[in-house]
Amino acid sequence: MGIRDKGKLCITGAIIGAAAVVLTLLGNPGNMGFCIACFIRDTAGALHLHTAPIVEYARPEIIGIILGAFAISAVRGDFRPRGGSSPVLRFIIGFIVMIGALVFLGCPLRMVLRLGGGDLNALVGLLGFIAGIGIGCIFLNNGFSLGKAGRQSGLEGAAFPSSAVLLFVLFLAFPSLFLFSESGPGSMHAPVAAALGAGLAVGVAAERTRLCMAGGIRDIFLVRDFTLISGFAAIFAASLIGNIAAGSFRIGFADQPISHPMHLWNFLGMLAVGLGSVMLGGCPLRQLILAAEGSSDSAMAVLGMMAGAAAAHNFSLASSAGTGPGINGKIAVVAGIIILLAAAAGVTYRERRKA
Amino acid sequence: MRTLDTSGYSCPEPVIMTKKALKESPEGIAVIVDNRASKENVTRYASALGYSVEAAEGSGCWTLRISR
Repeated sequence: MGIRDKGKLCITGAIIGAAAVVLTLLGNPGNMGFCIACFIRDTAGALHLHTAPIVEYARPEIIGIILGAFAISAVRGDFRPRGGSSPVLRFIIGFIVMIGALVFLGCPLRMVLRLGGGDLNALVGLLGFIAGIGIGCIFLNNGFSLGKAGRQSGLEGAAFPSSAVLLFVLFLAFPSLFLFSESGPGSMHAPVAAALGAGLAVGVAAERTRLCMAGGIRDIFLVRDFTLISGFAAIFAASLIGNIAAGSFRIGFADQPISHPMHLWNFLGMLAVGLGSVMLGGCPLRQLILAAEGSSDSAMAVLGMMAGAAAAHNFSLASSAGTGPGINGKIAVVAGIIILLAAAAGVTYRERRKA
Repeated sequence: MRTLDTSGYSCPEPVIMTKKALKESPEGIAVIVDNRASKENVTRYASALGYSVEAAEGSGCWTLRISR
């Protein structure tokens, strides 16, 4: 069974890595075929939640991922409405994960795609991500748990994917409702049909294989299981090959697409993302998939990420490409890590007293 | 055989709960899981330790009998 799982994960990873390179060739920003954090941020901008003029676009990839995962989970009997496991804490953790990602300039998925494009800043981010996951595993091993979820109504479970459908219908029918960047990364995008199609394929494949960027490293730490990491490795391999074939592979730290060479902040940004992802039970991509499968708790994490993205641009927390974070972003990342550590310690202490 | 109910918990918690329970009862346990991801993860974990795992499907959940 392990080998079959690994095979499916490798195929899924290869699809994602290849689709990402194709989306970049079709117009998405460099090394940004997919980025869950950036695309939720762009969508928040399109919805007027922030008004940073260069990052506003309702990304069809996000809508496709949600709908693909929702459809396949409904067909295969994995759509299970459930919720009630510390929803507000999950919102806050999602918020901090987004700030960490926007200081690094990418979610864990984009981190791997950046590595595949030769961006060595992503290697520094990966070290921070591994450190954050390692810290999270210490808490998990000591009893950290956000608590039990209970069954919810079908309506509750369908609310999140239905909102994605409504967003997409409004995007197609009344585009004037939304803000669209005229320059910068938000203005760079693949045609709607290609972006939606790629999102659907990724949503279906990631739901079936439970692909998770944080889960792969976490499982190695926790149970010496190398299954999930194979998806991570396949995304890297496919994007590396794709970038070399497309002539877009350039190795180095300087002048990489939408990135910055501030090592400390790349490290700490991704540390926050790694720790937060372990606390949530999965990376931002996995949260989208779980929300589409009917998890109200993961939907809260996604809404937290959306609010975090709005805050990141309204309060100048996000890094600028090339120069990195300003003082606000640095303070926010450090404060975010402290809040995550305090929350994880508090929850772990409570669980140990219960046990 | 001791029964461990992991319903309502999402991965990786059922795996960690199974890991702890198997340390206390190394001869084997029954684990109730309520989602496919946990079912596969717990099965993979126990198999890697050399246990045999039999799954029985109930209403909206599975009981995994983990034994030597």
